[in-house]
Amino acid sequence: MRVTTNTAVAERRVRSAPAPATGDRKGKRGRPTQWAALGFLTPLAAYLAIFYAYPLVRNIDLSVHDYNARAFVLGNAKFVGFDNYAAIFSSPAFGPAVRNTVVFTFGSIAAQYLIGLVLAVFFRNNFRLSGVLRALFLVPWLLPLIVSGSTWSWMLNSDNGIVNSVLRAFGIGEINWLTSPDWALTSVLVANIWLGIPFNLVILYSGLQNIPGDLYEAAALDGANAWQQFRRVTVPMLRPVSAITLLLGLVYTLKVVDVIWIMTTGGPGNVSTTLAVWSYREAFGTGQPDFSPAAAIGNLLIVIALVFGFLYLHLQRRQERS
Amino acid sequence: MTRQRAWWKTALGIVLAALMLFPVYWMVNVSLTKTENMRADPPHWYPKDPTLQGYANVFSDQFPALGTSLFVGLGCVVLTLVISAPAGFALAKLRVRGKGTLNFVLLVAQMIPSVVMAIGFYAIYVRLGWLNTVWGLVVADSTIAVPFGVLVFTTFMSGIAGELLQAAKIDGAGTWRTFTSIVLPISRNAILTVSLFAFLWAWSDFIFASTLDRNGDMVPVTLGIYRYIGNNTTEWNSIMATAAVASVPAAILLIVAQRYVAGGVTAGAVKD
Repeated sequence: MRVTTNTAVAERRVRSAPAPATGDRKGKRGRPTQWAALGFLTPLAAYLAIFYAYPLVRNIDLSVHDYNARAFVLGNAKFVGFDNYAAIFSSPAFGPAVRNTVVFTFGSIAAQYLIGLVLAVFFRNNFRLSGVLRALFLVPWLLPLIVSGSTWSWMLNSDNGIVNSVLRAFGIGEINWLTSPDWALTSVLVANIWLGIPFNLVILYSGLQNIPGDLYEAAALDGANAWQQFRRVTVPMLRPVSAITLLLGLVYTLKVVDVIWIMTTGGPGNVSTTLAVWSYREAFGTGQPDFSPAAAIGNLLIVIALVFGFLYLHLQRRQERS
Repeated sequence: MTRQRAWWKTALGIVLAALMLFPVYWMVNVSLTKTENMRADPPHWYPKDPTLQGYANVFSDQFPALGTSLFVGLGCVVLTLVISAPAGFALAKLRVRGKGTLNFVLLVAQMIPSVVMAIGFYAIYVRLGWLNTVWGLVVADSTIAVPFGVLVFTTFMSGIAGELLQAAKIDGAGTWRTFTSIVLPISRNAILTVSLFAFLWAWSDFIFASTLDRNGDMVPVTLGIYRYIGNNTTEWNSIMATAAVASVPAAILLIVAQRYVAGGVTAGAVKD
């Protein structure tokens, strides 16, 4: 999972005066500034056009043509309109892919959020080593996914994996984590939850930092115990941050390919294939690339991400206003 | 009383961190295990009779891949900074029409699944002959960091006092001069944050590497590990040693730039 988006990275640093961001020289000589601004923005505009817009346009183009591997190189594919989309919706892989995407996405963000929240509340206590330990929690998030994915694969390995070995010690029989249809999705889910905890921890922790301490003092004076303080102060005050954490998690988890691909390649069969993995497999995962359906699935994913993206923007605006 | 409680919390914190970091420990443990002990049942909990054979294999097999990754990571940092720092300055300090639209485009750009970008890039690179080139990979990887970079720079540079820029102007500095000799030096923290993330994302990228550079002479280490797993199911010590070595940049960056990491993670999701 990746972190991105705007704002307050380091507003705290370097702020000699609370100067308004723009409009310093409104009215006077607006024209040269306008040209300068254009100059400074041109590289970005060109970059976005060439490296974002163009690949996306190519994707749409791919999704409405019938590109096989040969047509792909020659560029003479037949126009088929929405046939690729129709084929996807009627494919037997569609239902399972949607179900797996829903389970994987919601399962991941729910668990990451809950664990992240518990840890954030725990680390809010200032105890010895709390800073160092909190920094250590970031490690899984910084590791390359291939590293985490292969480590989890080895830990979950059915014969010699440490997980099964521990389970055996408790008298639980061997589980074929990665190769059994009943467990493959759970396995990638567990690995992905582990990967997402740092992100949730850090964001929720900084959300907690912004809750004024006197609210807790007041609650304590009114005789609220720790649980009541959590329920009546922390949870409501943290709501905006929580909403954004969950939404970002959702958008990022929707597009996860690497972890699943590395651990199970979406299998066995289709049991751990999400929409993103399905798209990757159609395009790059088999010997015979099928770019057109892959692009169609990808575009479907964009639409889903956009819906949640707009929701995110809406929430953020509402938060800014309040 | 409070002292005791605090110790109890430290102990719990250590246990939780140990649980969380267990996979990392296990990676290191396996990387030091001898091949013949790999199938031990139950597995050894610590490197019993450790060997550095795995690491020796890394340096004979994966050394070029590590170099490629380093190159791709640094290339990605440079490209990201060159594109995003001036744009951030313009959005923060110069009057720009359509600023809202641009910010919106940047936000949307971050929501596009990388598999979609990979398909698009593949289609373009096939024609341009850029497949399996390191440059092609640098460009593709930079798409992860550029929108993030612009937003970080915009936010940071908005905080620079207008008077400072005004003063430069009075002293006769043009916009470019102001940018290079005042704004950029002040923005050191933002530059570090963006570089850190651009490097780490490019270093860890798997999707672009596995689609755009899968048959090249120079593949990054993520793909090196992936191939290793495919070809080599017996030598998990070598695989885990490669994984451990590939994690070194992350470890170093975490130690050196811890506060930028936290700053970067928080970037965006939380407003104060």
